[in-house]
Amino acid sequence: MTATGVPGTLRRTGAALAGGGSGTVYALLALVFAVVFAINPSFAQPPSLLAFAQQAAPLVVLAVGQYLVIVAGELDLSVGSLVGAQVVIAARLIDGQESATLPVLLLMVAFGAAVGLVNGLVTTVLKVPSIIATLGMMLVLYGAVRLWTGGAPTGALSEAFRTAGRGDAVELPLLGGVPWALLIAAAAGAAAVALMRAPQGRTLVAVGDNATAAAFSGARVWRVRTLAFVGSGVLATLAAILIGGFAGVTAQVGEGLEFSAITAVVLGGVVLGGGRGTVVAAIGGALAVEALFTLFNQLYLPSTIQPAVQGLIIIAAVAYASRERSRRSPRAPADAGGPEKSPREEV
Amino acid sequence: MRRSRALLAAGAALSLVLTACTTDAPTDGAPDEGAETGTGGDWFDAEEYEAQLAQRDIEPEGPEDEPWLQAIDPEYADTSEHALEGAEREDPTVCFSNASVSNPWRVTGWITMQQQVEVLQESGDIGEFRVSDAADDDNQQISDIQAFVDSGDCDAIIISPSTTATLTPAVETACESGAPVIVFDRGVNTDCMVSFIHPIGGYAYGADAAEFLVEELEPGSKVLALRILPGVDVLEHRWAAAQRVFGDSDVEVLGHEFTEGDGATIKDLVTQHLQRGEVDGIWMDAGDGAVAALEAFEDAGRPYPVISGEDELSFMRKWEEEDLTALAPVYSNFQWRTPVLAASMVLDGEEVPEEWVLPQEPVTEEDLDEYLERNAEMPSLHYAKFGGEDLPGYPEAWQDR
Repeated sequence: MTATGVPGTLRRTGAALAGGGSGTVYALLALVFAVVFAINPSFAQPPSLLAFAQQAAPLVVLAVGQYLVIVAGELDLSVGSLVGAQVVIAARLIDGQESATLPVLLLMVAFGAAVGLVNGLVTTVLKVPSIIATLGMMLVLYGAVRLWTGGAPTGALSEAFRTAGRGDAVELPLLGGVPWALLIAAAAGAAAVALMRAPQGRTLVAVGDNATAAAFSGARVWRVRTLAFVGSGVLATLAAILIGGFAGVTAQVGEGLEFSAITAVVLGGVVLGGGRGTVVAAIGGALAVEALFTLFNQLYLPSTIQPAVQGLIIIAAVAYASRERSRRSPRAPADAGGPEKSPREEV
Repeated sequence: MRRSRALLAAGAALSLVLTACTTDAPTDGAPDEGAETGTGGDWFDAEEYEAQLAQRDIEPEGPEDEPWLQAIDPEYADTSEHALEGAEREDPTVCFSNASVSNPWRVTGWITMQQQVEVLQESGDIGEFRVSDAADDDNQQISDIQAFVDSGDCDAIIISPSTTATLTPAVETACESGAPVIVFDRGVNTDCMVSFIHPIGGYAYGADAAEFLVEELEPGSKVLALRILPGVDVLEHRWAAAQRVFGDSDVEVLGHEFTEGDGATIKDLVTQHLQRGEVDGIWMDAGDGAVAALEAFEDAGRPYPVISGEDELSFMRKWEEEDLTALAPVYSNFQWRTPVLAASMVLDGEEVPEEWVLPQEPVTEEDLDEYLERNAEMPSLHYAKFGGEDLPGYPEAWQDR
């Protein structure tokens, strides 16, 4: 490592953040899978791959939600706590009664949207930076749930509730059961792709890229960003339904998921600060993170290594993206209001 | 640009090295090699291990139907110096510094303790019950204890320490204040307190579970160990004892995984182990998420393993429903009643055991139905051996938590 390279790179990191394409992350995904297959050929069989898809589905959904917020130039740290809160609320309200499933599901969606709305309004109207607003929301939800439950969740989820995360939609010849979770995550991903191609999606990216310019061209920046937070809240609710369905209710459910989601999104080359990156790449990032953890497990590495690796991925992915960006166009457009704004950009 | 590429490569190499280091750390601490040589690692204390195993077979002294007042091999300490007389004995203030209520086990015990306190308050044995909760923060707990001492109001101080070494000086400070100090659950490195109350311990817990698996499984069977997290003494002792037992047996330990008690993590890890091959037995250092582990077998269409969980009801109900071959080792939750009773005894000048070792018996196939029936109305994250059935708030206090 040469000393002269460091200051230049550091300066550029602040000045210019941009992403590689989705090709990079899917290449990484293929590489990780190739290694996993080499270690354990039985993992290449359809039932194992479908089990992988089922288990990766919640993170994919969370990554899509986090993408909406990040591409609009913000960050949502509250999703992990929201997932935990939603599962605990669902268990307590359903308490094993099948008939309560649907009303509680609707209530959860409303609650998720409300949390997103509060996050969005606190960020846009009260002008609290989203990293603080959602950090606050994360702690509020964490504490409120513990206060409400006295520290330990009660109740139980119904069988119907658990179908989405645990059950199979169809039984296919050769393949075996195709989990609902896979179809739900695919639907969420497809909806997000459609949204990003629509004018609303382009506005979202434009707001993240340069809020001032977007405002001049007629976008209501505060409304777009608030809606991105609402989307993240609703998708976190969907993830909660999948996770609760997958493994039932435990006191620790949801912990640390916000960082897994952010890791997935930045690994997909989506730029923190907004305006760059595709939702397909974010989904690829989620799959790659899950695949990587599968690989660690296959190598018998302890699961306590995961936070360390996540941290390194976040740093390395952002550093890589900034390097790509500085090569392509040295003068990045100013990111409106983002924490990455450097004095150089204002000249 | 070449330079930054070199930088990137160096960074990648560095991260590989760093992650490699991270992987090594837990294995250094875990007594893997120890199990083979029989000497044990950092967390293995052969003398304490033997003592705990022997304590399992000792008939405890005390009232038969009140295990929270029983003691194994007690050596009584004279407490007459702490006896309060006359007006002073009326409504004495008892102070309790709690480490946290951050898991269902502690929540269950904390409710039991509050119910016991109400009984003692009605009878006038104790007056005010002052509580501070440190939320798993050592520094917070040290200042909580200091605040009790500074107030000068505490006629007795009960402490449930969050960690051993860090809280030792704080417990010593409490002792120096002159008020009798009672420590329970996790220990501290001092014997200044009047009584240290705890169930037999982690070695007995881990050995109960491992011995059961060894007995029920064919030689050559494969066992997966699921652990909450590294570095906590009560949990490390369970695993150290299990390694010892497994090391002397013919079963093969596939490995151990840290799960933080999260159901999704557990189910995911077990599913992956099942994709890789057979798993015949599951050993757990705590029962959180045992049901998720069993569901992984269901969803993979595989027969249930022989499993050791804990006396948490979700697991025990699953055990009964599916007729599993299982054992529920117990870290006696009823120990939360003992410290307040002991405080009242000390203030009367009655002698109490210096080290008050409470019985710790696993729930087995034979008494499963009995415990399920007793706890039929209780929520799933409740602990069967909570020992509060005779308290006035039963059962509502434990149901509405």
